[in-house]
Amino acid sequence: MRTAQAVAWKEIQVYFSNPTAYIVGMMFLALSGFFFARDLNDPFPQASLENFFYGANIVLILIAPALTMRLMAEEQKLGTIELLLTSPVRDWEVIIGKYIASFVFLIATVSLTLYYTVLLYVFASPDPGPIYSGYLGLALYGGAALAIGLLCSTLTSNQIVAAVVAMGILLVMFFADLASDNIGGTASTIISEISIRSHFDDFDRGVIDTKHVVYYLSVIAFFLFMSIRALESRRWR
Amino acid sequence: MDSTFQSSMQSTMIQATGLTHYYGPFPAIQDVNFDVRRGEILGFLGPNGAGKTTTMRILTGYMPPTRGTVTLDGYDVVEKSLEARRRIGYLPETVPLYTEMTVTSYLKYMGTLRGMPPKLIKGRTDDAVGLCHLEDYRKTIIGKLSKGFRQRVGIAQAIMHEPEVLVLDEPTIGIDPIQVVETRRLIEDLGKSQTVVLSSHILPEVSMICERVLIINEGKIVAEDTPKNLAEGLQGVERLEIEIGGPVTDVLPALRKIRGVSRVTHRSLTQKELYTVHVESGKDIRDEISKAVISSGWRLLSMQTVGMSLEEIFLKLTTHEDL
Repeated sequence: MRTAQAVAWKEIQVYFSNPTAYIVGMMFLALSGFFFARDLNDPFPQASLENFFYGANIVLILIAPALTMRLMAEEQKLGTIELLLTSPVRDWEVIIGKYIASFVFLIATVSLTLYYTVLLYVFASPDPGPIYSGYLGLALYGGAALAIGLLCSTLTSNQIVAAVVAMGILLVMFFADLASDNIGGTASTIISEISIRSHFDDFDRGVIDTKHVVYYLSVIAFFLFMSIRALESRRWR
Repeated sequence: MDSTFQSSMQSTMIQATGLTHYYGPFPAIQDVNFDVRRGEILGFLGPNGAGKTTTMRILTGYMPPTRGTVTLDGYDVVEKSLEARRRIGYLPETVPLYTEMTVTSYLKYMGTLRGMPPKLIKGRTDDAVGLCHLEDYRKTIIGKLSKGFRQRVGIAQAIMHEPEVLVLDEPTIGIDPIQVVETRRLIEDLGKSQTVVLSSHILPEVSMICERVLIINEGKIVAEDTPKNLAEGLQGVERLEIEIGGPVTDVLPALRKIRGVSRVTHRSLTQKELYTVHVESGKDIRDEISKAVISSGWRLLSMQTVGMSLEEIFLKLTTHEDL
């Protein structure tokens, strides 16, 4: 566990000392801020973050892969993976450490948007429920997106490929429920349940449904498990 | 008693048996057998592309062999990988470093990964920095260091946790002559307390540092000897590889008695006793050997002349250097 911590701590330091991460964070703030501002310009504005959360979902499709693309791909490009894999470190410790680092940076970035909430409280009296549940949902959604990004980064030594593939997977999962409309029966249900977006709606409304929490946690667990397996398989390739 | 014969009697640190590795359909190494005794400095000598790096990667558990096994301090590097990796310090050929880290933060990070207790890390970082003469570059970003200094950082990370086995792949490549001398001295010092396996394509380098040399060519071990005896290999001595079933203590003197035999070395493999007989050039003594073996009631299991002459391999090596 200590090694997982060391990996996480090292990656967090890289995030906070690296201009790329700041640019990515800034893009997230600018774009999600745009969605928040759009809400305020409404003729009958609501004191809620509903639109911001929806916008943040879309923006995360671009941002999460940009944050995770470096994590494993660079190790493979630089060859440092050779030292990593010949150290007495378990594969899961590497993956979990890297994942935690990306999650910490994402949460740090997202927490900067808390001033939207402050603004709402200063100028109106918003319903706190959907704000809490929305942030919880955003953390889970972001966590799932990062896990997908990390798997893609583990599979290639090319950061661009890692990012593009992760964005592709996220887009497909995001729009899956739209595609399900065209199909009937059980297949439709299954496809719409895969959708990473449809599970967010309840959070946005202020409902914390265990079903959705379990969904996001399952996505995270599945993709982290696959990442660990992908790293293991490197030894056999 | 012959020096290599003695070595097989002492405790072995690394034992590699029947190592074969394929990259796709191409064999990088084929049936490589060797063992390394505790505290020994063993050199892998061979031209580029001979399979040195592949062997090192298998030793360190970076990739498993297609066939064969390696045990390190008794632990199989594939089955008991974590235990084996705890005992290793490794410098890969490409010296991979995190270019955005400073020298000391990198060394501390590697120390943690190697499972060093936090209390030890500070002190050992200073030791490694001192041994590799990096005192003035503690806070320098690794990306800004020259090739030679990066090599030193690479060595520092390999030695800082005082591993029982040090695996160095081309440790002196790409650094300037003065540093080469220093690096060799450092390796010799480390070899007094640790087991060192290093690879090189430079003949004088290996003869200077190593107690024993394995010459590897096209994925096969073609010779195994002390550096002193290697010179002899250059003077057109032919060799026979013989497998004999019989008591080693009797077979060795018997082989040495045969006329035309200049030297005999012995290796014990699993259920195999291999003898390498060096023959004075121009003589064919296979008849005499088989007669001697049979008449003593031992079993002659195989006998072959060693294919490529050492000279041809040496031509491909870097045999001199300008210092």
